[in-house]
Amino acid sequence: MIRILACVLALTGTTVNAETLKVAVTTSFHNSGLSDILLPAIAEDTGIEVQLLVVGTGQALRLGEAGDVDAILVHSRAAEEAFVANGFGTHRREIMYNDFVFIGPNADPANVSEATSATDALTRIAQAKAIFVSRGDDSGTHKKELSLWDAADVAHSGDWYRPVGAGMGAALNTAVGMDAYIMADRASWLNFGNKADLALLFSGDPVLFNQYAYIPVDPNLHTHVNNGAAMALEGWLTGAHAAALIDGYTINGETLFTFNADKGS
Amino acid sequence: MGDIWEGISAGFWLVVTLDPDLVEITLMSLRVTVTATIVASCVALPFGAWLAIRRFRYRRFVIAVLNAMMGLPPVVVGLIVYLMLSRSGPLGVLGLLFTPTAMIIAQVIIITPLIASIAHQAIRDLWADYHDLLISMSTSKRQRIMTLIWDGRRALLTAALAGFGRAIGEVGAIMIVGGNIDHATRVLTTAIALETGKGDFSLALGLGFVLIALAVTVNVVIHVIGRTEREGKW
Repeated sequence: MIRILACVLALTGTTVNAETLKVAVTTSFHNSGLSDILLPAIAEDTGIEVQLLVVGTGQALRLGEAGDVDAILVHSRAAEEAFVANGFGTHRREIMYNDFVFIGPNADPANVSEATSATDALTRIAQAKAIFVSRGDDSGTHKKELSLWDAADVAHSGDWYRPVGAGMGAALNTAVGMDAYIMADRASWLNFGNKADLALLFSGDPVLFNQYAYIPVDPNLHTHVNNGAAMALEGWLTGAHAAALIDGYTINGETLFTFNADKGS
Repeated sequence: MGDIWEGISAGFWLVVTLDPDLVEITLMSLRVTVTATIVASCVALPFGAWLAIRRFRYRRFVIAVLNAMMGLPPVVVGLIVYLMLSRSGPLGVLGLLFTPTAMIIAQVIIITPLIASIAHQAIRDLWADYHDLLISMSTSKRQRIMTLIWDGRRALLTAALAGFGRAIGEVGAIMIVGGNIDHATRVLTTAIALETGKGDFSLALGLGFVLIALAVTVNVVIHVIGRTEREGKW
């Protein structure tokens, strides 16, 4: 019995790390592959081991509210500002942006490739009743898509509109399986390994701009959060090394993210 | 079909080259699930035995509930454990969320009813044979339970292995309470979910074959060990 207990203790005993910081990030940030470039550089420059929790923006905000992470890096401005206004985060700091793109079947039955704007693209899909896969998971991408439907002012319901309630990658897999249209962030699309018969059909509308912001969880609300490390990470993310790595990250020669942190503060 | 062959070869190369990430993830899977199986067995096997020999008013009801709990949805267990361990939850001060311990807790909850239920069935049959003998020797309740557990150990091992099988392949609960953090709480199943999300099916499938091979290996090893110490039928 004692031997079993000893085994259990040996197995459950966790190793104590130097300094770890838990950050909830969006699936699109992680699936783009940028985190694999940034995390080793962060560990080298600051000594902080960043542990990423890859979730949708909705869940990331919930984790921050509960104090289960030390900081969040998400992309849904209205929700972020509400998060800070409600006292869960100390402040919101913009870091970088990428853009959303419309993906669809090569045959393009809704002629999205000829669209003049993002809302025009959605109107064409709705009119053709072409199958459209929505994230449907309250993520930043999903919120963006819903705001565009509102702007386009067309009904997005019916058999052709299919919310899957999944992350970016899983939703792309579903779109591939159904030969459907989908809105994705450019980074996740370029890094996606199962493109099959889908192609990038429309991009470039300024409304598709996708800003990422970093919010440290308020240490006054949750005294256990590692605010020192969270602030150190913010300093690094807005610094010159991060700028070089973010702007320099390319897939197939395409730049994915544009660094735009305000260096003033 | 091409994807499947790519998956097999990807899995093969990952194993042959002893990919350091694969080794780390596999060891984490084993650590979490083996611990969960041991802890769950320590609770479930005596409970199953106790339930088999003890007669009390709501016994049928308890057994029915236990059997129903074998089908406990992992994602719900994960969510409840998450809410308990969250910093805003009742056990938040322990700071256990997103650690291997949290994953072990979730798996223990998922597999304990399964192990207890199978153990109860096995012990009940054995108890029918042993009843008169153990009663006539005027054994204590504790002695009866220990005797039945020891003599039924091979059937109970099967119960524990069923629990292990359910836990090692489980993804819903540990994704929520572990968070799939690289180098901290990533296990085979959550890594497979992640690679599938990236559209990297061959790597996902490769990891899947590693997972299946791991489960087979553990079962074979346990059975080989079990047979070597066997004398006679039991």
